[in-house]
Amino acid sequence: MHPSGGHLTREPISPAALLAEVAGPEHGASCLFLGTVRDGPEDGGVTGIEYSAYDAMAGAELDRILAEAQRQWPAARVAVRHRLGLVPTEDASIGIAAAAPHRADAFAACRYVIEEVKRRAPIWKKELRADGSVLWVDPQGRPVVVGPE
Amino acid sequence: MIRLKFFARYAELVGREDLELPLPAPATVEEVVRRVRAGIPGAAQLPERPLTAVNLRHVRLDAPVRDGDEVAFLPPLAGG
Repeated sequence: MHPSGGHLTREPISPAALLAEVAGPEHGASCLFLGTVRDGPEDGGVTGIEYSAYDAMAGAELDRILAEAQRQWPAARVAVRHRLGLVPTEDASIGIAAAAPHRADAFAACRYVIEEVKRRAPIWKKELRADGSVLWVDPQGRPVVVGPE
Repeated sequence: MIRLKFFARYAELVGREDLELPLPAPATVEEVVRRVRAGIPGAAQLPERPLTAVNLRHVRLDAPVRDGDEVAFLPPLAGG
């Protein structure tokens, strides 16, 4: 159902399913992060984002990031899901659930995973604007206009 | 032979996602990038120093490339 070890999906992300994956009686703290498609005042009328990935590498990179989190916080359990394809504004593009015996480890493991995904996952996004324009997003630089579709 | 992969904006510039390139002798990623930019239509618009991966791992431009490797050209990452 999910390609690449189950971390990538073309379906809406279920926070409840992610939390269930990391649940356990020994975990007194669960932390959920959702990254959602934004259309803020400076974003220019974003109606959705089309996410694409180097699927095999993205799956492998997410596996490596989770393994690193496991080594740093051995008592924590973390699950991640990144959505691909067209994600409408306000829907989640990424969900991360981290559970641990205590909250410090849950927050830290969750934070580690989102920051490393941002830095390392081979995933790209194309913003779809209300005016019909389409932009590849470079978080480090200016978006590149590729024209209306 | 090595497999080349292009993604997102780079795939649009090159006009395809997959290509094969003969590799007569071991090379570095930097040499592969130079050959791609010089020899493949549309690829001259790729950066001289793009993000790259070999066999599903991020690498630096001085990393070795061997016969059978998969070399990927990665536009600026935007996941999350």
